[in-house]
Amino acid sequence: MISARALEKRYGPKRALRPVDLDIEPGSFVVVTGANGSGKTTLLRLVAGLVAPTKGSLEVGAERGELGFLGHEALVYRDLTAVENLDLYGRLYRVPERRERLGMLLERFGLWEARNARAGSYSRGMLQRLALCRTLLHDPKLLILDEPFTALDEEGAMLLDRQLAELRDGRTVILSTHEPRRVEPLASARVALA
Amino acid sequence: MSYLADVGTLARKDLRLELRARDTLPAMLLFVVSTLVVFHFALPAGADEVAAQGLLWVALVFTALLGLARAWAPERESGALEGLVLAPCDRSAIWLGKSIAVFVFLAAVQVVALPAFAAFFGPVGWETVAGVALASVGICTVGTLLAAMAAASRTRELILPLLFLPLAIPLVVGGVGASISSEPLEFLAFLGLYDILFAILCWASFEYVVSE
Repeated sequence: MISARALEKRYGPKRALRPVDLDIEPGSFVVVTGANGSGKTTLLRLVAGLVAPTKGSLEVGAERGELGFLGHEALVYRDLTAVENLDLYGRLYRVPERRERLGMLLERFGLWEARNARAGSYSRGMLQRLALCRTLLHDPKLLILDEPFTALDEEGAMLLDRQLAELRDGRTVILSTHEPRRVEPLASARVALA
Repeated sequence: MSYLADVGTLARKDLRLELRARDTLPAMLLFVVSTLVVFHFALPAGADEVAAQGLLWVALVFTALLGLARAWAPERESGALEGLVLAPCDRSAIWLGKSIAVFVFLAAVQVVALPAFAAFFGPVGWETVAGVALASVGICTVGTLLAAMAAASRTRELILPLLFLPLAIPLVVGGVGASISSEPLEFLAFLGLYDILFAILCWASFEYVVSE
């Protein structure tokens, strides 16, 4: 699914990711760990195709539409409601039965009551839940989650635990976290960045 | 058809954002009217029509610049551009949708600006209206691309005028020419050619603007 050889990223003289080799099989659940500044986010952004490598090679066996990316920002419009944001992405991703799917996700992530409120009025935790809805909306084959537990309260984190356990079947997940123990039971491989 | 559907979805999103936030259009309207009022008092009494036509284009270009500076603000504030870039639609649809939305804002400004100009300086002919419409297409296509380039920079407020104004010179030449020349069709054809040429260039190059 993902193959990288001596993959490296620099921003000018600053090295954001030391050379790394990766082989991720389809259906794997890979946990990426490392200290702050070790390049976890950079690695995930490289895999998502949001940045280009400086050196090395990277092959990802998923098209853009088959990829779900959760980054540090929610990637939603603050002046649109949760429903409008998800409807926009649902149209662009050509999600079948879009309205039903987004309704189901909003309900599952506890945002149904706030569905018609602007995303700008959401708390950080609610924004993270909305970002998770956006990431899962098109049922992606490859899920890239950069510190998905950030800003979630215990209820939200437990909900995500359950979702990840369900999502594990039939798709590849690559997830970075500072709490590796939380996802240890699900992990099939671990990448520790130095 | 799916390409046009994506463009429509993205343009509607921008119009909805503006209707809700009212960040850009009121500022553009206020600016263009204020500028025409200033020009009305700044232009000496008895100044000829040619000078007034020039001032109309100065007002329109700088008003457009004001709108273009805000064009990518919603994407910048929330990182939403990355969300759009990750979507499986053709990336040029993002540019085209945004250009259409900017064109709508600019058209709304001109609906107010041209009657205001007529009230202050004298009647506006069909040549001027046609010139303004054609120049607006060029302003939106080129300006939206340049605004996307500038949005990625910390010094975007400085970079956008520096990139945009040199490329707007042919539009001003064509627009003023169409307004005052005895043969306006030549200038209108020039504006049409500029629109086609730069629309193709911008359409083809937007992919590289949003890719690292």
